[in-house]
Amino acid sequence: MSVVEAPRSDASGRGAAFSGAAGGDDLRVVEPLIFDRSRAERRAVRFPSPSEDARERASTQPDLPASVLRTAAPRLPEVSELDLLRHFNRLAHLNQAIDLNFYPLGSCTMKYNPKVNEWAARLPGLAESHPLDPEGLSQGSLELMWLLAELLKEISGFSAVSLQPAAGAHGELTGMLMARAFHRANGEGERRTKVLVPDSAHGTNPATATMVGYEAVTIRSNRRGGIDLEALRDALGPDVAALMITNPSTLGIFEDQIDQVVASVKEAGAVAYMDGANLNAILGRFRPGEAGFDIMHFNLHKTFSTPHGGGGPGAGPIGVSERLEPFLPAPIPTLVAGDAAEFRANARAGRSTPGARFALDDDRPRSIGKVRSCYGNFGMFVRAYTYIRSNGDSGLRTISEDAVLAANYLRIRLNDVYDLPYDRLSKHEVVFSGRRQKREHGVTTLDIAKAILDHGIHPPTIYFPLIVEEALMVEPTETESLETLDHFVGVMRQIAEQAASDPEAVKRAPLTTPVGRLDEAAAARRPDLRHAFAGETDAPDAPAAAPTPKAPTA
Amino acid sequence: MTYSPHTDADRERMLAAVGVESVEDLFADIPASVRASGWDVPPPLAEQEVRAELARLAGRNRIPAVSFLGAGVYRHLIPSVVGEVIGRPEFATSYTPYQPEVSQGTLQSIYEFQSLICELTGMEVATASHYDGATAMAEAALMACRLTRRSRVAVSAGVNPDHRRVLETYCSGPGIEVVTVPIDLADGGSGTTGVSAAEAALGDDVACLVAAQPNFYGQVEPMRELAEAAHAVGAQLVAVVEPTSLALLDAPGDCGADIVAAEGQPLGIPASFGGPYVGLMAARMASVRQMPGRLVGATRDREGRRGYVLTLQAREQHIRREKAASNICTNQALMALAATTYLCAVGPAGLREVAELSTIQARHLAAALEQAGLAERRFDGPYFAEVTMRVPNAARRHAALAERGIVAGYLPERDEPALRDTLLLAATELTTDDDIARLVSALEETR
Repeated sequence: MSVVEAPRSDASGRGAAFSGAAGGDDLRVVEPLIFDRSRAERRAVRFPSPSEDARERASTQPDLPASVLRTAAPRLPEVSELDLLRHFNRLAHLNQAIDLNFYPLGSCTMKYNPKVNEWAARLPGLAESHPLDPEGLSQGSLELMWLLAELLKEISGFSAVSLQPAAGAHGELTGMLMARAFHRANGEGERRTKVLVPDSAHGTNPATATMVGYEAVTIRSNRRGGIDLEALRDALGPDVAALMITNPSTLGIFEDQIDQVVASVKEAGAVAYMDGANLNAILGRFRPGEAGFDIMHFNLHKTFSTPHGGGGPGAGPIGVSERLEPFLPAPIPTLVAGDAAEFRANARAGRSTPGARFALDDDRPRSIGKVRSCYGNFGMFVRAYTYIRSNGDSGLRTISEDAVLAANYLRIRLNDVYDLPYDRLSKHEVVFSGRRQKREHGVTTLDIAKAILDHGIHPPTIYFPLIVEEALMVEPTETESLETLDHFVGVMRQIAEQAASDPEAVKRAPLTTPVGRLDEAAAARRPDLRHAFAGETDAPDAPAAAPTPKAPTA
Repeated sequence: MTYSPHTDADRERMLAAVGVESVEDLFADIPASVRASGWDVPPPLAEQEVRAELARLAGRNRIPAVSFLGAGVYRHLIPSVVGEVIGRPEFATSYTPYQPEVSQGTLQSIYEFQSLICELTGMEVATASHYDGATAMAEAALMACRLTRRSRVAVSAGVNPDHRRVLETYCSGPGIEVVTVPIDLADGGSGTTGVSAAEAALGDDVACLVAAQPNFYGQVEPMRELAEAAHAVGAQLVAVVEPTSLALLDAPGDCGADIVAAEGQPLGIPASFGGPYVGLMAARMASVRQMPGRLVGATRDREGRRGYVLTLQAREQHIRREKAASNICTNQALMALAATTYLCAVGPAGLREVAELSTIQARHLAAALEQAGLAERRFDGPYFAEVTMRVPNAARRHAALAERGIVAGYLPERDEPALRDTLLLAATELTTDDDIARLVSALEETR
């Protein structure tokens, strides 16, 4: 079994080459704050002076009155460009990332982000396109959005798509607002007040229901990890607005009774919402729109490989069924001159269609309104479109096949050392439990995650889904080679062995990361949320609150 | 092309280990009745082919040679170092810092971002970012409702109309009523929110007054008076600001703002046809537990080393689920990093130069149009770097100029019929004297 060599350590035993660069003994820091590098009058960027003519003409116009002028300049750092670059490059070195090593963070689909997508998003014709430019100047942007929406419709089986939501949770909000608009249009807005959410759902689902004024009702899972059909049918009634279900679920399992689930929901007059976070497992094999769902959000940053950016930007377009279509957010890019079929055929062949013209359709009287400024995270649309066209029909199918194969491979290779509460076919991910390690050796899943860090690998998602004790949620994705998967298997087996032979060593981990385990309770007890300048006392206190409950990471 | 590394031999080995014949067996759990029937997705493209397709689309856009278009999205210089930093794969291809020991780069940069936004706005606490300025503003209004336990929101008509539409949608969720406070639209009027109009709209059931500085039409609002009017009835002031203006204009924290929301796009982020951008939100520390979105805090590791973590997570959806302050999770970390790098690159002197040059060129532009007899200022009183000008046949001439690659700003009549025959013209530090001369002569030719 091969284990990566621990990164180079400094005297403190930590990997960061610049550890202890400042601060002295009582405050040891890995890299000082940019504010600490500031020296008065040092500069990186300069701007030209206005011309005499400009000044002269400007002087004929009203001045900003003294009453609205700022008296003390904001204390932004004053640094040279090189100092600035070194600071952020050093910070970059403290991060784990897909481009460095395996990052099997379950539910997040941390696959490789192809570089041609970045090339495309930076094309000046796209990056410099102003959203309010006259439509005649923006035909390329509008065409790209239209083409992407058409592809997402094909992929999902829905009859209409809005690209506007900026993230998955934002897509959920949009979808639930649409579900409510639908019921209101049918005169059932007052009556339908509940949204059903399985207990395995992402926290965003119930939080979204609340934001729309709905009551979230939890539906338990059955022993096989699927939604309990009996419980679902008992809960369904004339007061239910929607079911929000993640499929494949957060257990990495396909709801094998999904046909009955959707039928029951529709029969009760409710809207069937699918959380599309895990679409990566089912491309070309299951199209939620075709299967009867009314609404689904896509996560372009998961399935379609736009970079996660350390926590955004994402993009959360939604697909909807015909009956929900009138309620989509406005505006929608529309082909207003030209034939759609001809246009699609030309685009497929890489040709523009003479005479075709796109416009933004903002005349949608039953629309829920706008959920974001402009039209959404356009730069993510460029990347996702590039990715879908690169992969094409066969490539998209291969993505799901290889992602599912990798998850099943890890399931089989590790299920003898880690418990597998739901031992079924995996889709995009597999959820293990560290309960055996905890019960037998007192080593928790958190300890295991920290031990994984010492192998240069980002740990899986932990303590989620909530229905799995000591959960370890592993999503390998399709872009990791067999050698990487085997290496991970070796690391996980080694940690399981160490949990038995030397549990204290596991609890000491991580030893090679730039910082050790951090005191999160102290951070919440006395929040320090911004830099205190010299001479300033600490930031004002937040009002006291109950201690933070333990956080699952998903 | 695909990015899968697997050879057929690899796949065979994996299938054998799993104990199935073919990959098809791994999808046996999808009921036959709901299997996909097929789809019409084009075949794969090689890199040179996909590049050609994207170049074709980019080429279908026409980037104007001269543009005075702002209306909430501004073309500023983006220092080269910004692209260099956000292009680093360690920032771009990591995710939400759930494992702080291997995410200190992201976490510390967010802490620096929060610090910079506090400093810029004069507030005590800033979030790790929101989707954009519109959703930040909408979430700020909902936050004010939670803080005051009231369910009406008053918003000035001087706030970006696109953003007001988003506010309406967000408020429709929990059934919060939005009332609009008019601005003085009279010819030669102030173009700002009247304090008496605000007082008329405010009552003890109103959670907040939302007002923008400068407002959508470029005019400078009486923020202190508006804050007093809001506070007089126990409402909060949600100040919407343009971040580069804060080098010159009073910090909202000094004007009595309780919550600040802003579109951060001007801070080093390209127009990119509307996104990705970054929403900024800042508030008083006393309100922190009602803030939506992520927060990064400083702490220590076991050996006393300073480090950063996501904190106060008891507000958030993954802990509180249906009781969370918002459903937001993914935000705009990489765009926040762009704004952080931008603010550090320009520094206090550079940001001041940006703001001064923008205001000077806006005045230069207005004066040049007035002196040529082409336009008059629609409103009286001070403006920042965007100015509403009365121009006969504005819509027709705007379209004619666009044909020539000159975008003569924004047509306010799209949202406000009373502003027919006006142009909203923006200047930034990138606006040259030559740009202004070209606008003047193009307008002369379409007189």
